[in-house]
Amino acid sequence: MKRVLPPIIVLIVIVTALELAVRCHVFSAYLVPAPSLVFRDIATGASDLWPAFWSTTESALIGFALSAIVGVAAAVVLSSAQWIQRSFYPYAVFFQTVPLIAIAPLLVIWLGYGQRTVIASAFIVSIFPMIANTLAGLLSTDPGLRDMFRLYDAGPIATLLKLRLPAALPNIMTGLRITAGLAVIGAIVGEFIGGGGLGSVVDIARRQQRTDIVFAAVLLASLLGLGLFALVNLLSALVLGHWHPSEQHPEG
Amino acid sequence: MCGLAIDIVGVRRTFPNGVRALDGIDLQISPGEFLAIVGPSGCGKSTLLRLIAKLDPPQDGSITLTPGDSHKLAFVFQDPQLLPWRNVLRNVAIPLELMHVPKSQRLDMARNAIEQVGLADAADRYPNQLSGGMRMRVSLARAMVTEPRLLLMDEPFAALDEITRQRLDEQLRELWLSRRMTVVFVTHSIAEAVFLSQRAVVVSRRPGRIILDRKIELPEHRVAKLRASAEFAGQTKDLFDALLGESQSPSAGSAA
Repeated sequence: MKRVLPPIIVLIVIVTALELAVRCHVFSAYLVPAPSLVFRDIATGASDLWPAFWSTTESALIGFALSAIVGVAAAVVLSSAQWIQRSFYPYAVFFQTVPLIAIAPLLVIWLGYGQRTVIASAFIVSIFPMIANTLAGLLSTDPGLRDMFRLYDAGPIATLLKLRLPAALPNIMTGLRITAGLAVIGAIVGEFIGGGGLGSVVDIARRQQRTDIVFAAVLLASLLGLGLFALVNLLSALVLGHWHPSEQHPEG
Repeated sequence: MCGLAIDIVGVRRTFPNGVRALDGIDLQISPGEFLAIVGPSGCGKSTLLRLIAKLDPPQDGSITLTPGDSHKLAFVFQDPQLLPWRNVLRNVAIPLELMHVPKSQRLDMARNAIEQVGLADAADRYPNQLSGGMRMRVSLARAMVTEPRLLLMDEPFAALDEITRQRLDEQLRELWLSRRMTVVFVTHSIAEAVFLSQRAVVVSRRPGRIILDRKIELPEHRVAKLRASAEFAGQTKDLFDALLGESQSPSAGSAA
């Protein structure tokens, strides 16, 4: 309770102040909407907010899952030999520096309008931290533990499954946390261009000068990001809870 | 069960950076013998152990294990080297798991090994819930679970407090008396070497050579208070002289 209460009080104060400011005409209502209006939009599902929310959720989740699976697989391949890592990793880094917004039109040409473009966009934005973090984890296995495995003639598969991947789990969790947030951003950017979901709702509301709808959509998008982040934290507690210091809190 | 014999002939090793770690080591170890290797830090004694375990490739000379069955070899490292995500039971079972022993059988064997080191109550705990001494005992149980015929130990108890260390020395000695595997125990403590072994060799500073090879004449069953006896002190004297002479020799150079 002590940890939850202070931010909630801050939230209530800010929302109330904003509401009062709008009612007293400190801002024009079309620049900053009254919080009550935004909440009403969300509650009544104005401009099909909720179907849009679920569509974005689906795209972001699929993009996130693809990033997690492909990212770990790519890191395993990259870590398997020095020459593979030297040949391909620079391209992974380069790939990451390409601005998504610039290649998004290309995605539309390749994949057409609709969810496929949105998922591809979420995937492209969020995969790199997954590869980088997993790779760092796979490459930092304790040499003493590797010796122990060599002593018992462990093959590469057994070493990967019983030693290197479990040892990389804390790094994988870090990668997932970053990837979760990026997947939502990638999905919304994809929707600006590929259409559908909260991205389209924002785009249309912007043209109609409906800032209240824009705010409502942004709020839902943030909630989606938070939800994904919480999901990863839950997973992390389940997987690392009994052994890793990052999940052990002195207060219990 | 009988131990492995080891025949080391003319082993030399130079590190990639040009440092000569070992300079012509000849050493014969009989089956079931408990041999201690004593020497100053960085004298190449750990290197020799890694060569015997075939963790590092040999350069010059030969190391022959008879009979040559690599699965019958275990290594206890200076750190316990436990998998933090596995509990004690599953940590001890890992060598059997890597050797494809069926699950129920390997868990039974692991339970036995844990019992032998007196940790039966801690089988479900994780390494981060154990003390340093307990972790080392888990490491010892993991080494013993395959019923090795050769046990290589690299300063395993060096990081522990004196009392815990003496208790573990005693426990190890009892374990060896009941199993009679060959043990090669590397330490920088003369007292520990004398207490544990049947025979001790002293290795010089880098590049390591054997400068003393001596039988330890003490009773079979040894308890901690033996260390305070005159008999014990008599056994340590030669080793002290050899090690001291070594550290005072003018040719020792700048080696740390």
